[in-house]
Amino acid sequence: MTPDAGRRLIGKNMNAASMIMRGASPAQTNTGPGMAGGTSALVRLEVLDIAELGWGGPGFFVLRLSQPGWEHPLPGRFLMLRATAGSGEYLCARPFSICRINDDGLVVFFQVRGKATRDFAALKPGDPVDAWGPLGNSLPVDPCRPVLVLAGGVGIAPFVNYVDRHPVPGSISLEFGHRLPLECYPLRYIEGKCSIRTHHEKNDGDRAVFSMLVEERIREFALSGIVLACGPPAFLRLVRELALKYRAEAWLSLETRMACGIGACLGCAVKTLLPAEYFAAPAQILAAPPSEGDREHYVQTCLCGPNFRADRVLL
Amino acid sequence: MSADGRENARLRVCLKGASASLALNNPVLTASGTFGYGLEFSPYGDLRKLGGIVVKGLSLKPREGNPMPRIAETPCGLLNSVGLQNCGAKVFLRYKLPLLPVEVVPVIVNLYAATIDEFADLAGLFAGERGIAALEVNISCPNVREGGLLFGQNPRMAAEVTAAVRARCPDKPLIVKLTPNVTDIAVIAKACAEAGADMLSCINTLSGMAVDLSTRRPLLATIIGGLSGPAIKPVALRSVWQVSRAVSIPVIGIGGIGSADDVLEFILAGAGAVQVGTASFSRPDAVFRIVEDLPAAMEKYGVEDLDAFRGSLRTWQAD
Repeated sequence: MTPDAGRRLIGKNMNAASMIMRGASPAQTNTGPGMAGGTSALVRLEVLDIAELGWGGPGFFVLRLSQPGWEHPLPGRFLMLRATAGSGEYLCARPFSICRINDDGLVVFFQVRGKATRDFAALKPGDPVDAWGPLGNSLPVDPCRPVLVLAGGVGIAPFVNYVDRHPVPGSISLEFGHRLPLECYPLRYIEGKCSIRTHHEKNDGDRAVFSMLVEERIREFALSGIVLACGPPAFLRLVRELALKYRAEAWLSLETRMACGIGACLGCAVKTLLPAEYFAAPAQILAAPPSEGDREHYVQTCLCGPNFRADRVLL
Repeated sequence: MSADGRENARLRVCLKGASASLALNNPVLTASGTFGYGLEFSPYGDLRKLGGIVVKGLSLKPREGNPMPRIAETPCGLLNSVGLQNCGAKVFLRYKLPLLPVEVVPVIVNLYAATIDEFADLAGLFAGERGIAALEVNISCPNVREGGLLFGQNPRMAAEVTAAVRARCPDKPLIVKLTPNVTDIAVIAKACAEAGADMLSCINTLSGMAVDLSTRRPLLATIIGGLSGPAIKPVALRSVWQVSRAVSIPVIGIGGIGSADDVLEFILAGAGAVQVGTASFSRPDAVFRIVEDLPAAMEKYGVEDLDAFRGSLRTWQAD
């Protein structure tokens, strides 16, 4: 199957065709910190085809979809996916980080954890998937500042696209902590592009060593670098604490339960520090450091995240 | 009249209340709490094509809502305990309402308050707003400790809330949203109708719970939440049937509606219009597709006139 063959404009029935056209009507999404000046992308709902489902290791999958109609987004954003003709075992779509996106299509990386991911693991090339995105804000990209990327397990996913999109990937240092064999994770896409160190955590001792290393590296990058992190909640809490301790600019990419991905279900709320009058533009406020007097307020991860400043988000 | 024009005319419904009516271009509205403040969905369809937009429940002051986790999927359903996180009525009027196409599509606000006085104040706030087509009073939220469900489970209190809102907002259609978490929904329905409700919407979520055996924790921080989605459709249909036979005011059906066929099922059972809820989470264009599919579904089942079709269920006894 050629990469573009799967780009599908007709779903299961004829009504889907007009649905797709309408779904493709342009609309602005909120813009994240992103590149200087911020770039907005158009969000749309499409039916994409499975181009390839690669096995990464026990329970790990790399899913390549036909190319979506949107431009290559800034890194750190996500999309919602739901098998168009799924098993019916689950109701809602699931959020996935955009792991890669290029002329060969869009790649997401996932681990089978529940009903929906089990369903996804059973998909075959040519199967249709409802997809809406790109959603959420992006990770900061600044060619003049060194970047420390801290990834834990499946938290590696957004950083593949980050390395792909960064104008100076050589300025990125990646520390990757993982419990399962390295082959499970899609590191091969970025090998040789940036500095990568891997840390196999087989026990608590290994984890303690990795934690110490994380502290040392955050301290190192605190003065002029940017720290980015994605991984399990405990890992993100540690990064957040250390970033605050060393006053490093750090961004945490959160994973939360979502039903809709577009701000309606309110299931992905996260506590953030915001001024009293934040309703007009919470995402913009959250891109800058907090001010004195800011209070805890819930915002939706899908609309104001998934990437939050460590000094703004409460975990 | 063009073919399109005739088709559009066939979809129109008018919900005639006791003191105010609501004219809709089609009988498909969005359900409160599943469609944000409307604009979230504009990338996925044309808001102007909807029968009406019922926005997220609003309170006098902003509410932070319940702690996380707040949502959990269950077989054919979704449990939630959002707890009415919302920006508050004033922020809605200032920042959200001006961006909605109120001239073309009715925008209905859903009201939540913890006391009868607060309900009245909230109604007063919207009474003079030209952009608001109707009020829907939420006396049925299972996820808030005070007010909410308590009002909806007691016919006397349901009537008091209805009367208080009616008094402060006499000119706009008043919808009261009922809970299925009662022994006899018809009793509550009658109490609200007698107290001045123009129409009733049913149902809100069913009280429910889910647990995780491996962590031995409930899936929701509040333990108990509200169940929505296809799982509750039979309960919703039954409620619409019972309520529409108990009162003479229009009934708006809500609960597990995900297709144009579902819309017709509710109208057959007695609903004047419907609201699409959880389906909008599964696919953000769900409600737009349903509106688009409705003429074909009417054609398929030989429905010429929605008014005549409404409540025309042929019972076995009658045969």
